[in-house]
Amino acid sequence: MKFRTVAELVELAESEHLKISDVMLAHEATVFNRPEADIFEEMGRNLDVMLEAIKRGLTEDIRSHSGLTGGDAKKIQEYKRTAPVLLSGGTVLDAVSRATAVSEVNAAMGTIVATPTAGACGILPGTIATAAEKLGSDRETMIRGLFTAGAIGFCIANNACISGAAGGCQAEVGSATAMAAAAVVEMAGGTPSMSAEAVAIALKNMLGLVCDPVAGLVEAPCVKRNAMGAAIAMVAADMAMAGVKSVIPTDEVIDAMYKIGQSMPVALRETALGGLAATPTGRVLERQIFGTIDQKS
Amino acid sequence: MKYRTVFDIIGPIMIGPSSSHTAGAARIGRAARTIFGRQPKRAIITLYGSFAKTYRGHGTDVALAGGLLDFDTFDKRMVHSLDIAREEGMEIIFRESEELTDHPNTARIRLEDEEGDVEVVGVSIGGGKMEIIELNGFDLKLSGNDPVLLVLHQDQYGAVASVATVLAKHQINIGFMQVSRKEKGSQALMSIETDQKVEEEVQAAIRSLPGIHAVTIL
Repeated sequence: MKFRTVAELVELAESEHLKISDVMLAHEATVFNRPEADIFEEMGRNLDVMLEAIKRGLTEDIRSHSGLTGGDAKKIQEYKRTAPVLLSGGTVLDAVSRATAVSEVNAAMGTIVATPTAGACGILPGTIATAAEKLGSDRETMIRGLFTAGAIGFCIANNACISGAAGGCQAEVGSATAMAAAAVVEMAGGTPSMSAEAVAIALKNMLGLVCDPVAGLVEAPCVKRNAMGAAIAMVAADMAMAGVKSVIPTDEVIDAMYKIGQSMPVALRETALGGLAATPTGRVLERQIFGTIDQKS
Repeated sequence: MKYRTVFDIIGPIMIGPSSSHTAGAARIGRAARTIFGRQPKRAIITLYGSFAKTYRGHGTDVALAGGLLDFDTFDKRMVHSLDIAREEGMEIIFRESEELTDHPNTARIRLEDEEGDVEVVGVSIGGGKMEIIELNGFDLKLSGNDPVLLVLHQDQYGAVASVATVLAKHQINIGFMQVSRKEKGSQALMSIETDQKVEEEVQAAIRSLPGIHAVTIL
């Protein structure tokens, strides 16, 4: 079971009446000559770390060393519980608060799973946990969701790139959002084709997103981009399951992301030289943070 | 295919905040230490590109030090690795370079002690994955599809044959092999991609052969 593109992945799955997660598992088992049960169990450990990070971010007082981020996940959850009217809806806010929680734990040097990167580590846990709660999914379905996300990430990473330094934020948060959209489609009973459409719809809305972290820290705007990535993934999944199709095929969207990344100036690829990092406030924060760290050490 | 397993994408489990600047950097540091074969007394690390611009914010220095201390990406001691390195008497010097490299996240690591030194260039390609592209001045050209056995050896007759014999004895097939040297009779490097896993026992058998300086798996 070998695939290189999303089209090949969908074709393999649908011709054999399989889910995308089945194809990824079979691929992994064949290439590494490992029993599927072992591979499944290893992925289960990743899920445990993700769920633990969500719990920490929503219950503990998380604050990063710089003081730039922390505490927003709890704020969003509290608002969701108490606000008389929710404009976006409870499910979206659950996904957003959980993605924020994991991203805040990451910024505070806590333990997370890179999915596909640490900078984008909140999106998959936030969406999968929320979809599972909403759908009443069991643990196995959540782990399967991670394999589906992994299959999409595998295609993106090998045909384009997944690092902010190479392709901007679209390659990190964009990829994670696309992966998450595909995963929740499968969890909700959608077809492999619908997962692929969700990937295209999600990623298209992330194209061109630059990597411009204030002071070079994975905090601002990264945490909020994780939050919004989770929201986009949930909406893209619903759109795909409604039968909405991307005009540009998924693999071509991935290729466009790659080419946009290559033509992005270095200042907007994780160097903290441009974008939000180079705003007056961004510069003031950078001086404050490194001033403080220097005094401490 | 640069990314071979689903766990390159969903993983690694790691201490934040950045997979390329923390986890990938830790793995480069750890690979350098593994190649060196022991904890160095002194490490001189030159950072390029995004590594050079943002290493303090991302904790790349902390992660590289953690790798040199043999910490895995999820080791909770990682946060304190600069202090631990100091306590254990390992001096680490960081240098920032303006030089342009092919990949934005590149680190050149020189490790030293009384017994020897080694110089490794690693790139962090994203998602915590890294590649070692140079070792002691030898370019490593690897397809990246399989694990690689690196053998640093004396350039003399029989070295390649003796390593191949040990692999054959353990029924390990060689998929790709490259031998490079700088000049006749000096140090040389074998990089060998194998179809089967090279267990620690087999590595030890190779290590014990005459004229072998170091053996490691990447």
